[in-house]
Amino acid sequence: MLLLTCPYCGVTAEETEFAPGGAAHLTRAGPGEGDDALEAYLFHRANPKGVHFERWRHAYGCGKWFLAARDTVTMEVFGTYPAQVSAPPPELIDTIRTKRPGWEPA
Amino acid sequence: MAEHTVAITRVERLPQGGMITLRADLEAQEAVDLLGMVGLAMPEMRRIADTEAGQVAWMSPDELLILCPPERAAALAAQMAEACAGEHMLVAEVSDARARFAIAGPTSRQTLAKLCPVDLAPGRFEPGEIRRTRLAQVACALWMTGPEAFELICFRSVADYAETALNTAATQFDAGMSL
Amino acid sequence: MAHRLDTGGRLIDRAAPMDFSFNGKGFRGFAGDTLASALLASDQMLMGRSFKYHRPRGVVARGHEEPNALMNIGAGPFFEPNQRATVTPLTEGLEAESQNHWPSLETDAGAVNGLLSRFLPAGFYYKTFIHPRPAWKHLFEPFIRQSAGLGRAPKEPDGDRYEHFYRFCDVLIAGGGIAGLQAALKAGESGARVLLLEQAPVWGGRAAIDGDDVDGQPAADWIAGAVARLEAMPNVALHTGVMVSGVYDHGYVLAAQPVPGHRPGSSTSRERLWRIRTDWVEVAAGAIERPLSFAGNDIPGVMLAGAVRDYLADFAVVAGARTVVVTNNDDAYRTALALHAAGQAVPAIIDARAETDSPLIAAVREAGLRIAFGTGIAQVVGGKRVTGVRLCPQSGDGTMTEEIRCDAVAMSGGWSPAVHLFSQCGGKLTWDADQAFFRPDPERAPMSVDGTPFVFAVGAANGHLESAAAQADAAGTPIPAATEALIAPVWRMPAQAPVKLREKTWLDFQNDVKVSDVQLAAREGFESVEHAKRYTTLGMATDQGKLSNVNGLAVLGDALGREIPQVGTTTFRPPYVPLNMGSIAGEARGPIFQPLRKTPMDAWHESHGAHWEPVGHWRRPYCFQRSGESMEDAVAREILSVRREVGLLDASTLGKILVKGPDAGRFLDMLYTNMMSTLAPGRCRYGLMCSENGFLMDDGVVARIDDDTWLCHTTTGGADNIHGHMEDWLQTEWWDWKVWTQNLTEQFAQIAVVGPNARTLLERLGGMDLSAEALPFMRWAEGEIAGIPARVFRISFSGELSYEIAVPAGRGLELWERLVAEGADLGVAPYGTEALHVLRAEKGFIMIGDETDGTVIPQDLGLDWAISKKKTDYLGKAAQARAHMTDPERWKLVGLETLDGTVLPDGAYAVTEGNNELGQRNMIGRVTSSYRSPTLERGIAMGLVQRGPERMGEVLDFPLIGGGVTKARIASPVFYDPEGERLHG
Repeated sequence: MLLLTCPYCGVTAEETEFAPGGAAHLTRAGPGEGDDALEAYLFHRANPKGVHFERWRHAYGCGKWFLAARDTVTMEVFGTYPAQVSAPPPELIDTIRTKRPGWEPA
Repeated sequence: MAEHTVAITRVERLPQGGMITLRADLEAQEAVDLLGMVGLAMPEMRRIADTEAGQVAWMSPDELLILCPPERAAALAAQMAEACAGEHMLVAEVSDARARFAIAGPTSRQTLAKLCPVDLAPGRFEPGEIRRTRLAQVACALWMTGPEAFELICFRSVADYAETALNTAATQFDAGMSL
Repeated sequence: MAHRLDTGGRLIDRAAPMDFSFNGKGFRGFAGDTLASALLASDQMLMGRSFKYHRPRGVVARGHEEPNALMNIGAGPFFEPNQRATVTPLTEGLEAESQNHWPSLETDAGAVNGLLSRFLPAGFYYKTFIHPRPAWKHLFEPFIRQSAGLGRAPKEPDGDRYEHFYRFCDVLIAGGGIAGLQAALKAGESGARVLLLEQAPVWGGRAAIDGDDVDGQPAADWIAGAVARLEAMPNVALHTGVMVSGVYDHGYVLAAQPVPGHRPGSSTSRERLWRIRTDWVEVAAGAIERPLSFAGNDIPGVMLAGAVRDYLADFAVVAGARTVVVTNNDDAYRTALALHAAGQAVPAIIDARAETDSPLIAAVREAGLRIAFGTGIAQVVGGKRVTGVRLCPQSGDGTMTEEIRCDAVAMSGGWSPAVHLFSQCGGKLTWDADQAFFRPDPERAPMSVDGTPFVFAVGAANGHLESAAAQADAAGTPIPAATEALIAPVWRMPAQAPVKLREKTWLDFQNDVKVSDVQLAAREGFESVEHAKRYTTLGMATDQGKLSNVNGLAVLGDALGREIPQVGTTTFRPPYVPLNMGSIAGEARGPIFQPLRKTPMDAWHESHGAHWEPVGHWRRPYCFQRSGESMEDAVAREILSVRREVGLLDASTLGKILVKGPDAGRFLDMLYTNMMSTLAPGRCRYGLMCSENGFLMDDGVVARIDDDTWLCHTTTGGADNIHGHMEDWLQTEWWDWKVWTQNLTEQFAQIAVVGPNARTLLERLGGMDLSAEALPFMRWAEGEIAGIPARVFRISFSGELSYEIAVPAGRGLELWERLVAEGADLGVAPYGTEALHVLRAEKGFIMIGDETDGTVIPQDLGLDWAISKKKTDYLGKAAQARAHMTDPERWKLVGLETLDGTVLPDGAYAVTEGNNELGQRNMIGRVTSSYRSPTLERGIAMGLVQRGPERMGEVLDFPLIGGGVTKARIASPVFYDPEGERLHG
């Protein structure tokens, strides 16, 4: 069972305090952006073996949505960060590159 | 160490208290000023700020819960709402939305440790901090009101559930439950 | 015969005898006994029957690894099957019975399976019962079901209760033997917060029994000193009687503890499940002895050598008066010495190794005991108990050289480190060929949240079997040289055993897997250890192969011509020993099985005949039954009272979410399909919310409170989800929009006052002008009703004149009771959810969850009027434009009227000509809501039908389960008051 640290209230808590919300950093496609963009937005998910960016809500705590970078194989959590960004913070990318040589952000 | 000891935690459902939710950017001076105007203080993250006018509990980076005598809540909420008119803030009286419990006794920490996935050991959790978590299967917030006493709030609709769960957990302890 | 010696037994209290029963017969043991030791003390060798062949079986082991002595324990609500007698503490009046026997343990009819064993090989079910096909269903399966399973399922609900306990530490040490105590001392001295848990009731593990020296002191003294030092450390907590059963990701650890002092039926919890979170785990779980594979190794009286020594030291119980020791390692010599010192006959030590020497061997020689090196057991003689052993050269084919009379055999095939806790969350093992065991590979330890290793093995669990080495390993000091002679791996005894012996050589006692079965599996191509395991069921019993796995994969490797490391191990999965289902559930049973949400008027409903219906976690009255009424009658009465007089509905469960801010209007325009920003303060509008996939997810009335504030009502089940949905979009997509949301669902009680007399009733309570002029339809007003601050919403979900009144939850009951009292002569009656459903269906109003199922878009429901054409965007708009969503063939909402007036079954399908690819009739629609309307005195229904609105008047066929067809005509879904005159009152 995962341990996650909420970047908003600073609590490190077990998974049961959180609710998962799927892949992070999706780009919303609205009306007029074409079927392909809409299909990608609604249905296409990378499901990587390894580094993954995902959404979590501190549902039983402060209620905030945040993002986490996690290894789907080892369960290692590289970091959590506030959701109000469109890409992972550069220092987190650097951390992951150091820990997972050869990995590059999608 | 190994001998069997029995202690009882006292669980009491408290009468409705005064509660007001304030949604605002807590970093902004306007929020600090609004609290100051009504005699309240801004708490730090996950802390409760105590003044004579009432307690202010940090719920999230943009949410405070103000605890005051029930008879003052409506007027205080109205006063705050008026004061912040035009600002991007939300004030709502929520006195009726939650149930309150007092959990007291030498085994109060252990009682809650049966239901809440939180480190409640002495030194790890002490008066002044508020922790939002779950009590078995429902959301709650808890803080300490003394060395062996907690106050816990949960939503009104699950008050009976919470009371039964707390009473179930409060009946039995032994030395194996040191935290 | 097995018996108890007159002296000794460090765990028993001879002054405290205890009576208990086994298979209905009375026995006596002592406090401190286990059920197994007490039975053995009374020479009850036979403790159960095996799973497949119903062979007689006795106790083999001392602890949780026991495969045979599984019992049904207790009675009635305190009955529990499959309890290991070796770890069941004896209690006064304990009732135990053996399992898997019929008609009795002594004479078992199923033992005939043993005679047929050559017809019951590995994979036997798969091979034998396949043909002829029908025979499986009618002949084989009923027979197998009858004979399958070991324990009996309990017939009554568990009468005990259970609890969880959340515990946090820096270092968790699993096991309180020499290594665990030393590891705790080291961690404790570093200042870490240490939790040391030991499964047994006493500290020290094997060392205390074996009397080794530790750190220059007798083990017992060292143990007592270590425990005293640990107890003096404020940062260390240490507990016996707590079994660490699972290590999971990120330092999550489960441990099970029988609550001290609990007795069946007492008010205390029976078992406590520790839910531990730790930074670091040290596995000091010791090692588990392996059986030797010789013919007849399952006959009662053949036990593990370490266990024989344990029963002697702990309980002063011996399995026989003459015990032959058979081994491939030095440790079993300790058993010979212990038995000899206790005055028991040890006719021989059969050692499969070539002649060797060590201090232990020398001590045995000095005691004058006979050692036969290079020798094995060809076969154990005996049926329900051992009567002798036949010896043979270990290297040979089992030709007997000698027979020794004995009544017990102490066997040791070497020890395997208990690596389970290390391996459960990903730790890898490495094969130590010298010592013939798997040991943890510290280079491949389980990783924690930060990617660093967090599980470490110490002592015997790390492969350091001798006490001095175990202590040094845990202390981090140099490991002293071994004093014991090396083990010689022996996977078959004798090495060239012919098939007639291999067929009597058991690997897995509990699942009756023999050496010959594993060899057969290899011959049939099951080369992967995971496949061979499932095919033979080796290691798949409740003991998870604690004794059998290493021997089994050695046999498999041998049969495949591979080394053991190439065969690999099966996966170690938690829990280490079975956990009680009750302890997993913890406090979540009976009234607190799950949260039950109650409205402020719940107690009133309860005392006024409410039949409850669960809606989400809420309970809502389905109807209020009066004496002499059926539920159907009550629902009909409630509906008619709303249509003719006035009804009261507890609508407190509806979600109420306040949305405020300069961008709130823009935000709600994105959230709802229709326009909310243009709603004027004081007005209400019905709104639909869709997911980004376009599907309708929630509906409700939105009221504009002031310039920058709206109040959104949601469905009962939807409040938390919709609030989460709003916060999701605000926090993660439109974080620069200035909007606050606040879920006020619990702050307000809400009462719907519905029916022609609604206004009259409310006017009696006074406080607000609720006239048609002051408060027209779809408006709201704030004021006081009956002296209670209230918001009144003039909205209707029934088609009648209707007001929904929201008051602070703490005053909801007061308002409800006033309404009931003041409305008596107006015919006021509370109504429940079923009446609510029928009332809305009569009006053709949709219900989320009935007309919607996650695949329905608002356009399917004829709700185009609630979808803005002007807005360029809202959640779901893009998806609703996709080709499949705009397909004219989509099923759309219509009303359905049965030709004969009966009620269509809910969910019934309309069929047409032809069959689909599955051979089913082609379907063109289904019923989404169906009720008997007491207003119209006939059945009414709504349904989704292909091109439905274009087919008004058409008659469809709805086949019924069990035969027959109901015919129904497509009609408008608005069955009652289609002009909508009534709601203006």
